[in-house]
Amino acid sequence: MYKYDEYDQQMVDTRVEEFRDQVRRRLSGELTEDQFKPLRLQNGLYLQLHAYMLRVAVPYGTLNSTQMKLLGDIADKYDRGYGHFTTRQNIQYNWIKLEDTPDILAELAKVEMHAIQTSGNCIRNISSDQFAGAAADEIIDPRPYAELLRQWSSFHPEFLVLPRKFKIAVIASEKDRAAMRLHDIGIKMVRNDAGEIGAQFYAGGGMGRTPMIAPLIRDFVPLNQLITFAEACLRVYNRYGRRDNKYKARIKILVHELGRDEYVRQVEEEFAHLLTQPIEPPLAELERIKAHFTGPDFEQGLSDELDLRDPDFRLWVGRNTTAHKVPGYVIATVSLKPVGGIPGDASADQIRLMAQLGRDYSFDELRVTHAQNIVLPHVRKADLYTVWKALDEAGLGTANLDTLGDIIACPGLDYCSLANARSIPVAQKISERFGSAEKQAEIGELKLKISGCINACGHHHAGHIGILGVDKKGLENYQLLFGGSEGADTSLAKIIGPGFTEDGVVDAIEKATQVYLANKQGEERFLDTYRRIGMDPFKEAIYG
Amino acid sequence: MVEVQFRFRDDEPVNDPAVTVDAFSEQSNATAVRIEPGDDARDLLPQLDRLALVEINFPAWTDGRGYSAARILREAGYKGEIRAVGDLVIDMLGHLQRCGFDAFAPEKALNPVDAQNAFSRWDNVYQATAVDGRQAIWAKRHPA
Repeated sequence: MYKYDEYDQQMVDTRVEEFRDQVRRRLSGELTEDQFKPLRLQNGLYLQLHAYMLRVAVPYGTLNSTQMKLLGDIADKYDRGYGHFTTRQNIQYNWIKLEDTPDILAELAKVEMHAIQTSGNCIRNISSDQFAGAAADEIIDPRPYAELLRQWSSFHPEFLVLPRKFKIAVIASEKDRAAMRLHDIGIKMVRNDAGEIGAQFYAGGGMGRTPMIAPLIRDFVPLNQLITFAEACLRVYNRYGRRDNKYKARIKILVHELGRDEYVRQVEEEFAHLLTQPIEPPLAELERIKAHFTGPDFEQGLSDELDLRDPDFRLWVGRNTTAHKVPGYVIATVSLKPVGGIPGDASADQIRLMAQLGRDYSFDELRVTHAQNIVLPHVRKADLYTVWKALDEAGLGTANLDTLGDIIACPGLDYCSLANARSIPVAQKISERFGSAEKQAEIGELKLKISGCINACGHHHAGHIGILGVDKKGLENYQLLFGGSEGADTSLAKIIGPGFTEDGVVDAIEKATQVYLANKQGEERFLDTYRRIGMDPFKEAIYG
Repeated sequence: MVEVQFRFRDDEPVNDPAVTVDAFSEQSNATAVRIEPGDDARDLLPQLDRLALVEINFPAWTDGRGYSAARILREAGYKGEIRAVGDLVIDMLGHLQRCGFDAFAPEKALNPVDAQNAFSRWDNVYQATAVDGRQAIWAKRHPA
């Protein structure tokens, strides 16, 4: 894992002091709320319906146990005893006092954490594959490149007041676990014919009101030009992205309106110019960062055997574990989606327990996933039963990864001032209806995502089934979408017809699963069957 | 006229009236120009030699196009004054400076103590902008 040097530490410490000063000026009235708002947003502090919300960055989703433990302690000390893990691999606290935030940031800085650029119209926390460094299918660990980009994008003086927020994801395997092409810039690390590593750039993806899948804008950027190319992409956006309409200000609109080819032409022209400027860090810097990610000292020659006599354990292993690149180890995903729970929420005690398990059984590493779960990336198979037992006793043993119970949901109208409808109660009802082990075994993989407004924080466009909450004459109404995906086969979900009430939408999903089960061929998932037979049979069952 | 509140240059301040980017190419005796957010700073590059002052206007500080404009001019070798005018806020002063601004004329005067703190806040920086004369952290980590 990356470890701060004196410079990195000084940067976060300076930010704490800067923010403390901003809060002081706000509390003294020197800054009005209007003036303070863009400043506090650059530091992850939102004003929600009931209180301030603080979003803490987890760069590329990677944490050590000390950091994770502190996240639990902060939940106890400054919030109401829980935290909420987000779709951008961050954590947010929903009940924060403005006066406390500088102290919270100071505590975070002590364990090399921060809330820098977790909101606002700037380059946000860089996200990545939650299985990085552990997955059997990766070309290379993507995190050193994400860290290089993290440093470049932190307080980049030219790009702090962009037209709109800017999200970057970096992956390095065929199977996309980070929704890479639904980002403003998606980067896939690849190996070319000469065997060299480079970066493939996609630009102009995103969800929100106008969902778009990012087109490829460059096949291969050599590693010694990575920052320069990213800078060219951002400069063209900063200069020409729309600023007349907040809802048309994301880079996806610029790329769409210019056309992919014209955007590429402008980026290449800017890139050629910027190559003449001494702005690219030397490869030695990348090597320095890479040395932090050499990975743990895995034991060799371990047995791959697992004792699966406990049927509950067997179920969990089948659902929540993934192949590790080293024999005898496994990647375990801890579901934060118990039946009837709030997706992504964890109590302070649960957070500390996961920290302890990460320390004792996963080489001191944990990950946050964009599906709002937690990963223990390097567990010895011999330890897996012990780990699961401890999780299960703490209410963290739910076996439902990627099934109907494993819902992504935004905070919705329970917290968010932008929302039109509540997301959490819908998620709870769905998980209660479909959360039993039998139902999940029957239905299998079905990714369901709920957003409480068209800003799409709950990724409804990318759900096999998506739910969008809208306000219909003062009543909450839920539209249903089918056929989205965020994987290597990224597709956008389509609305199937008129919306439903809260209970109506749960019934409609029930009918959809019946259509799937009646038409399923072989090992088809819901999404595969839907893609083969189309929307009509589903519409007929739901509205007929 | 709005006062220049902070200036980091040794030469005499230029007080020629600034013309628009469009007018500048036609007025061969003009030495000062004012860039609005929608203007292309690169239109000025053929005539940098006769420029002594570039004002870059920020009607709202949250419109960041002027940051790119300043940096583009400096990257092209422009050595004259680049003055930020309009809605300037304390917390962005240091970042403006890093993009090549060396004079600041906020429409409402800023608290001078807070402003000096903002200019000197960051002892180190992660990026080489190539126009602020500062060494990036990566360069300090890998001295040539």
